[in-house]
Amino acid sequence: MKIRLFVIISFIAFVGYGQSYFPTNTGVKTSSTHYQAITQVTIHPVPSKEISNGTILFRDGKIVALGENITLPKNTIIHQNEGMHIYPSFVELQSDFGIKTTNTPSGRGRSTQYEAQRKGYYWNDHILSDYNALADFSYKESDAKELRSAGFGVVNSHRRDGIHRGTSVLIALNDMADESLRMLNTKTAQHFSFTKSSQSSQYYPGSIMGAMALIRQVFHDSKWYAQGNAKNKDLALESFNENKNLPALFETNNKLDVARAVKIGNEFNVSFVVTASGREYEQIDLLKDMNATLLLPLNFPKAFDVSDPVSTQKISLGEMRYWNQAPSNPKVVSDAGIKFALTSHGTKKEDFYSHIKKAVSYGLSPEKALLALTIIPARLIGQQNQIGQLKIGAQANFLITDGPIFDEPTKMVENWVQGEQHIIEKTNEINIDGKYKLEIDGVEIDIDIKNSISKIKINSKKDSISLNTKASVKGGWLSLQIQNDDKMSYAQLNAKISDSEKITGSGVNFDGKSVDWTLNRIGNTSKQKYSFKEKKNPPLSQITFPNVGFGFKVKPSSQNLIFKNATVWTNEADGILKNTDVWVENGKIKEIGKDLSATGVNEIDATGKHLTSGIIDEHSHIGASSINEGGHNSSAEVTIEDVIDPDDINLYRNLSGGVTTLQILHGSANPIGGRSAIIKPKWGENADKLLFPGADAFIKFALGENVKQSNWLSFSRFPQTRMGVEQVFVDYFQRANEYKKEWSVYNNLSKKTKSKTNPPRYDLEMETLVEILNGERFISCHSYVQSEINMLMKVAERFGITISTFTHILEGYKVADIMKNHGVGGSTFSDWWAYKYEVNDAIAYNGAIMHSQGVTVAFNSDDSEMSRRLNQEAAKAVKYGGVSEEDAWKFVTLNPAKLLHIDDEVGSVKVGKSADLVLWNDHPMSIYAVAEKTMIDGIFYFELDKVNNQLIEIEKERNQLIQQMVNAKNGGQPTQKIQKKQAKEFHCETLD
Amino acid sequence: MKKLIYTFYICCISFVGHAQQTPAINQSKSILIKEVTIHIGNGEVIENGFVGFENGKIIEVGTKTTEKIYEETIQGNGKHLYPGFIAVNSTLGMVEIDAIRPTNDLNEIGDFLPHIRTIIAYNAESKVVESVRPNGILTAQITPRRGRIAGTSSIVQLDAWNWEDAALKSDSGLHIFWPRTYRRGRTSRGEDPLVYDQKNYEEEVKDFNRFMREAGIYQQKTNPKQLAYEALKNTLSGNQKVYLHAKEKRQIIDGIIALKKHGIEDIILVGGDDAHLIIPFLNENKIPVVVSRPHRLPNTDDEDVKLPFRMAKKLIDGGLLVTIDLSGRMERMNTRNLPFYAGSFAAYGVPKEKAVQMITLDAARIIGVDDQLGSIEIGKDATFFIAEGDALDMRTNLLSHAYIQGRAINLETHQTKLWKRYMEKYSRK
Repeated sequence: MKIRLFVIISFIAFVGYGQSYFPTNTGVKTSSTHYQAITQVTIHPVPSKEISNGTILFRDGKIVALGENITLPKNTIIHQNEGMHIYPSFVELQSDFGIKTTNTPSGRGRSTQYEAQRKGYYWNDHILSDYNALADFSYKESDAKELRSAGFGVVNSHRRDGIHRGTSVLIALNDMADESLRMLNTKTAQHFSFTKSSQSSQYYPGSIMGAMALIRQVFHDSKWYAQGNAKNKDLALESFNENKNLPALFETNNKLDVARAVKIGNEFNVSFVVTASGREYEQIDLLKDMNATLLLPLNFPKAFDVSDPVSTQKISLGEMRYWNQAPSNPKVVSDAGIKFALTSHGTKKEDFYSHIKKAVSYGLSPEKALLALTIIPARLIGQQNQIGQLKIGAQANFLITDGPIFDEPTKMVENWVQGEQHIIEKTNEINIDGKYKLEIDGVEIDIDIKNSISKIKINSKKDSISLNTKASVKGGWLSLQIQNDDKMSYAQLNAKISDSEKITGSGVNFDGKSVDWTLNRIGNTSKQKYSFKEKKNPPLSQITFPNVGFGFKVKPSSQNLIFKNATVWTNEADGILKNTDVWVENGKIKEIGKDLSATGVNEIDATGKHLTSGIIDEHSHIGASSINEGGHNSSAEVTIEDVIDPDDINLYRNLSGGVTTLQILHGSANPIGGRSAIIKPKWGENADKLLFPGADAFIKFALGENVKQSNWLSFSRFPQTRMGVEQVFVDYFQRANEYKKEWSVYNNLSKKTKSKTNPPRYDLEMETLVEILNGERFISCHSYVQSEINMLMKVAERFGITISTFTHILEGYKVADIMKNHGVGGSTFSDWWAYKYEVNDAIAYNGAIMHSQGVTVAFNSDDSEMSRRLNQEAAKAVKYGGVSEEDAWKFVTLNPAKLLHIDDEVGSVKVGKSADLVLWNDHPMSIYAVAEKTMIDGIFYFELDKVNNQLIEIEKERNQLIQQMVNAKNGGQPTQKIQKKQAKEFHCETLD
Repeated sequence: MKKLIYTFYICCISFVGHAQQTPAINQSKSILIKEVTIHIGNGEVIENGFVGFENGKIIEVGTKTTEKIYEETIQGNGKHLYPGFIAVNSTLGMVEIDAIRPTNDLNEIGDFLPHIRTIIAYNAESKVVESVRPNGILTAQITPRRGRIAGTSSIVQLDAWNWEDAALKSDSGLHIFWPRTYRRGRTSRGEDPLVYDQKNYEEEVKDFNRFMREAGIYQQKTNPKQLAYEALKNTLSGNQKVYLHAKEKRQIIDGIIALKKHGIEDIILVGGDDAHLIIPFLNENKIPVVVSRPHRLPNTDDEDVKLPFRMAKKLIDGGLLVTIDLSGRMERMNTRNLPFYAGSFAAYGVPKEKAVQMITLDAARIIGVDDQLGSIEIGKDATFFIAEGDALDMRTNLLSHAYIQGRAINLETHQTKLWKRYMEKYSRK
């Protein structure tokens, strides 16, 4: 490669951009009117077009002309770049280039901050919609250089701080100009995330679901504010409204959050451009269905260092596959037809270019890659007229490469921004690669020079013994330092390079004497640059559902079959039926009887086995990304439905224990918790598919030590006593009643009056509470001691509602009669106690006593381990208190179904109900019982006899991937240390 | 009645537990239990058997009838008689209420604490202790939990006025928690919560070996006395069992080899989640295993979803001596589920009587009290119970009688009292 610059007039850079009306104090006013042109190049103005032997002409940072036959004005500085390719420079949308990092406020002591500290702004400090990145912008040349070297000419820069992060600026990475020219746009886009601002300690939102609710509330509030309904001034909402038509970008941290961001956008008709996770291939259909627009990172993980087999054992197959599959992510997204741009976010800038090539080698088409780096990001921020493509009038931002841009050996040589040359690959003007002979004072040294145009490499030998040699080329001068074979003395030489055949210079010899010397070229070295080995990507692992060890290779399908000759626990008037057949069709129970058979219907011999309806866990915290929103003493606005994690291995483990339905409850951090999600653990499906269709809506309430924050050092949040807890409920129900009235008055206005009246504020939290008052949402309340249990029933009765379920309810036995009268059920632990003071009187007989008084009783887990063996827990009702076996079994099946209002669909073996069935090898409450098959909606999600095979497959694939990683390491690829992923286990008290 | 209620309230108010049940009086009469199914504890079952005991010891075991004359006879009516179950690696009586720190006496600070003894802090009157007896757990090993060397465990019987009464064997085991191969990650630096850190592990192993070497050399001289080294006298002279708490393969192998180097032979592995991977090694070194309870989650996502349940079978099939580790989340209150842990192992392949043996004779062998406990054999303590049926199954683990050293213990608890009290309340209507 060789570049000859015929004319270099460097002063242009300094005077070229004076503003015409600005006074000058440094001399006579001079301005450049020159054109510049790059000629004899292949121009790719847009990915689909190619102009060979083209010329691009530009002036004042903008393109004036481009094409094959361009007549150049006389005052044109011409850069001949024969054989080079020209592409539009890339556009980076996700960056905080030039923005100061924010400071975390110094410690506020131990007490948690619940209120906003900004006054005159939104009630939550993490909504910083009034912020504009220009306020803190300061161009940073070193970062600009990094970005340019990665191919970017323009970046959209915002402050990565807050849930609403305000607006961004668009900056050209032109070191030669100042903000007057570089700043292409001062309010480009709005930026969102789920992460709080580091500048405020305001606790809310303390969870991802809180952040989601907050964003929704902001959308509602902004609309209401825009209508002029607020009495106060809110600068954050004003800015929000001002900027609401700007493009909206959303940064996320993981694949589930990507879908969550898209979901919120869809709810409010905002097309968020969501910074993706790199694992979109795991949920590609979902993202396609949601019509997502993505900003894809190329954050390909490094291979694990698998040299230590013991720690290697700790990496999950899922993590290994991620390494294997991640480079295919852009291809998968592209093939799915999802609109996407690429971003260097999450990738080291120096790796970015090679990662694009990697993505291309994994099948991303070069054209799509280029689009995603140029035109698409430009369009996404509405700047397609000035950046992202080469056309007349656009910014003269282009890359010069020495070959087709994504070919493996190709290098980016220059990145021109606003018509200013920025060199990426420092090139020496003269290529002196080759074999040379050096003579110094009669000593002959063989010298072999490689790679002289970039980073020179040199080998020298005297009588075939290698000598330590250092070399550098700077400003056209070659310097050599050769260590003699005695390892003591050095020769220091340098020469101006003018000819590659013969290089002459001066220096000192090994004896320290001044000498003149000559390098005579005697031959060529092999051209290393083009000797790239054809890299072969390791074969891709198959994506499973979910994409972890125990995932399904093919999603299982609904069965049409008959369980033959089973002992069937109907949970109905029929009781326990021996030698009975159950026919399953289309996900439902079609028929129960003797000697059932039909042609073409599979039969499962269940002789000696027991068939029951699936276990239902009223109280679980698995399969969710967050459980508690403790930022306020009421968080009715949040919902677990937002944060289902369908990949949680505990869902699979639950299936192995016969669980077919669970209520994922909010935790017990606050008296009014969040809304719960009722799910079926359909392993391999996306989050929304897990939700129990048509189930009634529930919410978690909580009482006692947790909501009082008794067991940890927290003394600042109301309430701190059970007395206060009562008042929280009274207060909120009171307000909800008023809110309801306010809206009903407004809604009942005549059309005419309505148009003249300010509507009340729409409040997600109050909306939820009104649902409770209206009997459209039901309460499951975490509770322990009798006083508080009684209290909540009394509060509920005052407001005309009935508590649906007391969960935990460990002293329920003391007030079972009152519970019965109120009409509330009890979902308790079979035998937990002694873990805190309020369970001092928790007794294993609780379930039996409540049951004896006619309360609907369930046993729940609140624990990812126990939920796998709730059949054993049910048996404890027989042991402690002598509940009949048939009734005890209902504690974990029909009764929780009743408590969740889903007993018309699940909870018993009855014709027409969902085929949620478990086949046990023994009496289901025998300690020796094992769940052999677990079916949901007629689909087998767990089959014990398939586990061994799965384990073999897992082992096989692990070994293949370990081998691939060893190869990667041996092939010189960087590796990462093994770290043990500890999945977070949630319980009621997990604050997250 | 009034007085009783008053007493009840007193008990409720003071949350540091008070035993509800007064320890039973010594056996004064010879007793014969007949027509019972006897689960000997060694894998054998005697149908329609009888057991005679006197002065706290078993004097006769047989089928059908005996010639001997007893002062009292109990009709078994076909019920089942089992040796008292033995809770190994338990912390009963060391913490009363988890969340309340003043009731916690389990975790001492420091790394090398061989001088720390659980027995003197054991609360014989704990309400939790009381609650495990009606499920057949009559003996327990009380172990410490913190420190590289955490201190000594003692073996107690569960019907006592105080720790001194309770102690069957004091300071009989030394507990070593082998260094972990990972450390807590610095999440602020973007590390995962747990990071495998070879260097840190090796340092900790080195520290342990240094301490043990010092302790070994110390035994050669007497002055000045040093508490910690002194406390290792029994260990180093081979008179004390050493419990190695370790989960991973590397820890287990490193730990056993290191202990052997320090001259320790009587080693018991506690936890041993990877033990099934190194059965020949454990056999070769004659290491019994106190296997993690089946009621735990697999350690990794890719692990057999049933592995926790299948561990005991794997180890027993491999020829190892196995009992069950009680440690884990909510371990004290879950101690009463020990029979069901054994039953769960049986559900996954351990023969039922072997499952009984795991928590009776094999437990006694492992903790070194099989001369006195663990089976229904002549000369052993009359520590056993009678259940309605299979004591490993919740539905039939219903005790009518239980004896500790011949004393007929009361099976009422704080919990049964509340049950009866409230059933009585509702019966008034």
